[in-house]
Amino acid sequence: MKNTHKLVLAAALALSSVPAMARDTVSIVGSSTVYPFATVVAERFGRNTSFPTPKIESTGSGGGLKLFCQGVGTQHPDITNASRRMKQSEFELCKSNGVKDITEVQIGYDGLVVANSVKGPDLDISLRDLYLAMAKDVPNPNGTEELVANPYKTWKDVNPALPNVKIEVVGPPPTSGTRDSFNELGVEGGCKTFPWLKAMKGQDKSKYKSVCRSIREDGHYIEAGENDNLIIQKLESSPNILGVFGFSFLDQNRSIVKAVKIKGVSPNMETVGSGEYPMARSMYFYVKKAHVGVIPGIQEYVKEFTHDRTWGDEGYLADKGLIPSPKTERMKWAENAKSLNSMTGKEFE
Amino acid sequence: MSVTTEQVRKTLARRYRAEKRFKAYGICAISIGLLALLLLFTDIIGKGYRAFYEYSVALQITFDPESLEIDDPRDLEQLQYGNYEAVVREALKARFPGVEGREDRRALTALVSTAAGYRLREMLENKPELLGQTHTLWLQLDDDADMFLKSSEAKRKTARLSDQQQTWVLELEQSNEVRAGFNHSLFTRGDSREPEQAGILGAILGSFFTMLVTLALSFPIGVAAAVYLEEFAPKNRFTDFIEVNINNLAAVPSIIFGLLGLAVFIGLFGMPRSVPLVGGLVLTLMTLPTIIISSRAAIKAVPPSIRQAAMGLGASKMQVVLQFVLPLALPGMLTGGIIGMAQALGETAPLLMIGMVAFIVELPTGAMDAATVLPVQVFLWASSPEQSFVTMTSAAIMVLMTFLITMNTLAVVMRKRLERRW
Repeated sequence: MKNTHKLVLAAALALSSVPAMARDTVSIVGSSTVYPFATVVAERFGRNTSFPTPKIESTGSGGGLKLFCQGVGTQHPDITNASRRMKQSEFELCKSNGVKDITEVQIGYDGLVVANSVKGPDLDISLRDLYLAMAKDVPNPNGTEELVANPYKTWKDVNPALPNVKIEVVGPPPTSGTRDSFNELGVEGGCKTFPWLKAMKGQDKSKYKSVCRSIREDGHYIEAGENDNLIIQKLESSPNILGVFGFSFLDQNRSIVKAVKIKGVSPNMETVGSGEYPMARSMYFYVKKAHVGVIPGIQEYVKEFTHDRTWGDEGYLADKGLIPSPKTERMKWAENAKSLNSMTGKEFE
Repeated sequence: MSVTTEQVRKTLARRYRAEKRFKAYGICAISIGLLALLLLFTDIIGKGYRAFYEYSVALQITFDPESLEIDDPRDLEQLQYGNYEAVVREALKARFPGVEGREDRRALTALVSTAAGYRLREMLENKPELLGQTHTLWLQLDDDADMFLKSSEAKRKTARLSDQQQTWVLELEQSNEVRAGFNHSLFTRGDSREPEQAGILGAILGSFFTMLVTLALSFPIGVAAAVYLEEFAPKNRFTDFIEVNINNLAAVPSIIFGLLGLAVFIGLFGMPRSVPLVGGLVLTLMTLPTIIISSRAAIKAVPPSIRQAAMGLGASKMQVVLQFVLPLALPGMLTGGIIGMAQALGETAPLLMIGMVAFIVELPTGAMDAATVLPVQVFLWASSPEQSFVTMTSAAIMVLMTFLITMNTLAVVMRKRLERRW
């Protein structure tokens, strides 16, 4: 029986530190792509100011926006990160839950790279090559306007200029945001280069999407789980495999992997920032205005994030693999963040 | 010789062979298991041991008021905004006088961890008289330089340092200005995005508070439920129904408990996200079936003769349970409890739903502070892009394993010690 007493006492002790529900730490949720950047800012912010370090959850863009739009109040997050823009439907959801004033800030870009081992050949492919190699159904190689199950086995089949090695690409699973970007920016980008497929977009949008965004399932695309480090390890051990992951992983592992050029353009700070490199997405965060002034530190955190020493060309986020927006863009967004302008709904047009 | 013996003789050799084969299968099974374990351990320890030490560099640091932009070290405001990086930069410049140009300077400064600045601030805060003095200090190297020094000759070629940075580090190494020491921050700090500053104490504390809540709730509730079901409940359809449900719950995927916790504790009761209290409640739900089942088995194992003897001497049912059955069943119950706890300690999926998969730098001080737990820390580090986090991940796994092995050993020892045979 003594044991039971001790346990009850321990429980009481554990619960006795329950403070009021008020919160003094900024709570941030959202995209796992933005997570590595937001956490760096949060850590510096916590160390260099008197505010506590913000708490950042990695929930994915969609999950983050859902939590964010749940309502106003300390139990709901103050800021959400997203690797895509907020959708109209999410904006409506926010509004219907009383989250009316939201400030949007674009952080910069994340490039999506196709890479292989440094021991492998230097490759230069086009988005069309990528589409033909990766899609589930491709236009008939004889040139007629019909779709056939992807017949290509080697890169040489796709494009005679490429080496005669089996098509093998390791990449993220369908649940990942990186995979969505790969489908939309890479595969669909190549799909659009066929005029008759592009024309399909106007006629039958859902068919267009299913044709242009489906990845083949016959073993040439290998799903590696959400962990990009695993993809890097696979590439290291087999030089003929290609991998798909975010730019920051390339930046951190340049001694092991190198990027495949897309139409002669290799991904780097300049080409992605200028839009010359085709596979890049912009990243955002959204601030709940109703919480500014209630939770201490929100404005200061946003200020730290939008400072040039943070997200500028020479900023510390660039060292972590962030691709900064052009200077004029940055200034515009920083101004927007400073004056906490609310979204009007016109952003979606 | 009878016919039967004759027959037995004939088949004897074959039966011996069959038995030998049978034993060999068993040995094979165990060897496969051991081999897998060996592979796992060598892989993890081989990668992880390097995270337990770190390299630092000796630098002549001058606490120069001018470059620090501090004239009164007792003024906290000034301390907060002091330019500590400038001091480190100056020291590096003095060590490598030939380095000119913005890019080169930047590359040189990048060799020393940003933690160095924070350390200088701490030193100045504790000893204001340091201002204006010069000392030789051992400062942490940045993770890339640290990884370079830890790598073997062959691997160094592929390090993330530029050729120039490599020559600087090699020069420091040859003149013994770098040294390896125990990685204190690993056990004294919370999470960080800089591998050399990241630690697992935050996650250990988070796990501790979560386990405390889980233990405090699941053990008493589980034991009470088991005692009632075994000793008091009538045997009817209803109790059968409960039993089926408990067994069923033990097999439910753990993420479902996370969803339940999200809906009930956070949604309905309005508890905050990411706190060990909610984590503990969710894990309580998850471990309850395990504890109830093992406790019932322990109670069942107490021979009925003991109950009958006690009753025969006039003890009431409650006296029988509290004074005879429970003490005898306790070892079994504790074993079940510890195994349940070990299971809960390694759980991540349900915690994902209630926001404990998060970047939390500050150390939690109670069950209501935002925290993360050990397996989640492993998961977060494993998905970080920096190469050093690969070793950090393995180190965190080693710590988690140590806790698990300790708990399971405790369970075995306790069973051996307290076990009664009749």
